[in-house]
Amino acid sequence: MAAPHQHLLSIADLDVDDLDQLLRLTDAFAEVSRRQIPKVPALRGKNVVWLFYEDSTRTRLSFEQAAKRLSADTMTFSVSSSSVKKGESLRDTVLTIEAMGVDAIVVRHGSAGVPWQVARWLDDRVSVVNAGDGWHEHPTQALLDCYTIREHRGQVAGLRIGIVGDIKHSRVARSDVLAFTALGAEVTLVAPPTLLPPNLDGWPVRVSHDLDSVLGDLDVVYLLRMQRERMTEHLVPSLREYTTRYGLTQRRVGALRDDAIVMHPGPMNRGVEISAEVADLPRSVIIDQVRNGVAVRMAVLYLLLGSGVDRVLGAAPLDADALLAAPLPEPAVEPEIEGAMQ
Amino acid sequence: MPAGASGSTMVIKGGRVVDATGDRTADVVVADGVIVAVGPDLSGDRTLDASGCVVAPGLVDLHSHLRQPGQEEAETIETGARAAALGGYTCILAMPNTVPAVDHAGIVREVLELGRAVPCDVLTSGAITVGRAGEQLAPLGEMAALGVRFFTDDGAGVADARLMRRAMEYAGGLVHEGRGVVLAQHCEDPVLASGGHMHEGVWSSKLGIPGQPAEAEELMVMRDLALARLTGTRVHFQHLSTAGSVAMVAAAREAGLPITCEVTTHHFTLTDAACASYDPVFKVNPPLRTDADVAAVRQALADGSIDCIATDHAPHTQEAKEAAFDEAPPGMLGLETALALTLTELDLPLAEALALLSWRPAEVLGVEATHGGPVAPGRPANLVVIDPDRRWVVDPAASASRSRNTPYAGRELEGKVRHTILHGEPVVIDGEAQR
Repeated sequence: MAAPHQHLLSIADLDVDDLDQLLRLTDAFAEVSRRQIPKVPALRGKNVVWLFYEDSTRTRLSFEQAAKRLSADTMTFSVSSSSVKKGESLRDTVLTIEAMGVDAIVVRHGSAGVPWQVARWLDDRVSVVNAGDGWHEHPTQALLDCYTIREHRGQVAGLRIGIVGDIKHSRVARSDVLAFTALGAEVTLVAPPTLLPPNLDGWPVRVSHDLDSVLGDLDVVYLLRMQRERMTEHLVPSLREYTTRYGLTQRRVGALRDDAIVMHPGPMNRGVEISAEVADLPRSVIIDQVRNGVAVRMAVLYLLLGSGVDRVLGAAPLDADALLAAPLPEPAVEPEIEGAMQ
Repeated sequence: MPAGASGSTMVIKGGRVVDATGDRTADVVVADGVIVAVGPDLSGDRTLDASGCVVAPGLVDLHSHLRQPGQEEAETIETGARAAALGGYTCILAMPNTVPAVDHAGIVREVLELGRAVPCDVLTSGAITVGRAGEQLAPLGEMAALGVRFFTDDGAGVADARLMRRAMEYAGGLVHEGRGVVLAQHCEDPVLASGGHMHEGVWSSKLGIPGQPAEAEELMVMRDLALARLTGTRVHFQHLSTAGSVAMVAAAREAGLPITCEVTTHHFTLTDAACASYDPVFKVNPPLRTDADVAAVRQALADGSIDCIATDHAPHTQEAKEAAFDEAPPGMLGLETALALTLTELDLPLAEALALLSWRPAEVLGVEATHGGPVAPGRPANLVVIDPDRRWVVDPAASASRSRNTPYAGRELEGKVRHTILHGEPVVIDGEAQR
């Protein structure tokens, strides 16, 4: 542990040991998720609020499921960014939520940096989890991606991972680059120059504009969602041309190594960045990513809020082995659930 | 009753007088708003101590957003003028991007009226186009007749090259009290800069904040240099922020074009790395640039290719700045920190620093008869007394502005305004505003 963590804002705040420990803790929660009654009272009495300024179905549901499996109470503060224009400042909103009594705020916002601002305004009194900020980061996505890669390929270290598509506007790509490279993977960004960040100085990556020339070397093909509005910004001529040059088609899959896996953060545009048949191949582990997302988010919430490891990774260095050795609390057996099972 | 009024005299005692003519130890006696004597061992009915201090012509700012009319919760002409006085300014030029914009005689009169009884002389610029919308020429002649000498759509550049050409040609025919007018430009190609909230580069790429490239500024600098050549009209380039811009403007001056330019204090003291905090207090337009740009701006200041240091004082309420970075308005306070930043951060001889802050901007603005001139008998007593060794820490809460958006909170600076004298009246004494 480099430094104690109270929040999960950026992958950049985690070192290799942190990442490794989080992934090992995720194993424990994946086990919980496989139980007949996948619920533990670990966060009973803790209150987690979803502060989502941007529509998100899968991330919010995944966090919700994770919190429920940990027996935390949850509240949703769902706001469209237009409510900002109605007058309440972001800071006022955050202080309002805090006053209701919460232990963690999971925030998603269309603007980069908002989770940092939220943490600052709360003076670090409440844990903040970044559930995606603008084009910047989406750390729990990167964690679940690492977990999924580890599940299928044993480890992330030494793998060659190609991230393909709209890197420029992708918070997933920024977090993934940090996580994959921290764990020892070799990352190649594959995109036309218009879909790359304007300046990649200091990024520990290779860059290619030609998917076909790198496909055969990859252990992991990570496809990003191609959004239609990029056409009106003159970033690519047409979706058709994008698919022709960067889509993972049936033909291109033939160039992949046998053990290469295909990933996507969702939602997929079948027929654009990934063809429908490829999405359904056994090597496409997209559904596993979604499943693992719940366990990863359980691990994150548990680390930030769980009893015993007060404030996480907080006061004391995280001892993952001790955590895993200690029996998780017994599943809360609720009568109505019992009844429902019969 | 202001000191120095109706025959009573005030002596500024024991200071070192620095102006465009040189540097000497002397007392300065002021009466009826005018300097009456400069020399050793003078006395007056009242004494302002200046021992260990520099007595200089009051500072002149070419770029203040005073927010009135329309956004009085962020600043008023009175609070802005008070902040200016505390910063050592005796004359500031209000930008026209108020609500409504200063784009016709009625608003000019209102701003001048509101600026009449405040602790700093307030002049206003006028918009080049109606509503600063970039579509139709504003009544420049009507505003010039009220004394407006500076025209700009600041906050935005005039994007339409033909309209800008016509504005330059038309302005070339405007004369008020024997002086022509100046067209000033906020250089930014709005299409290339569109959607950008910070400088585009290493930091914007890493932070995921949409950027605007240096070239968005440089393209309009390039265009307006061409238009200045075409029309022969005087053009003032506002808040240049890139190495490319300062190089182009310097070369064009060498070539004899009738142009002047300013840089702001933040563009030689801060870089885009500050945006890594995601604190919108660092959001400004033009955006904070790279180390290389800061070095180029500093070099240009040192070699004399920049005329003025301006503040681009741009107050915003706390609420407005407590938003996401890309939703917050751009702008930072500057009037109370510009002098100290210049003295602390630039390795310039004092007289050169004061030239950039006082007499050069006074000449560009055409107010040198009243402000920035030599400290000599017969001149209007618009003066600043600076304690160059005084160290102080910037405290946003202590600002006289209605707003708090200084990016320098907690920064220790060297050099502080001790007294400011406006038309003979000490409006700031020992760092305290007198009204």
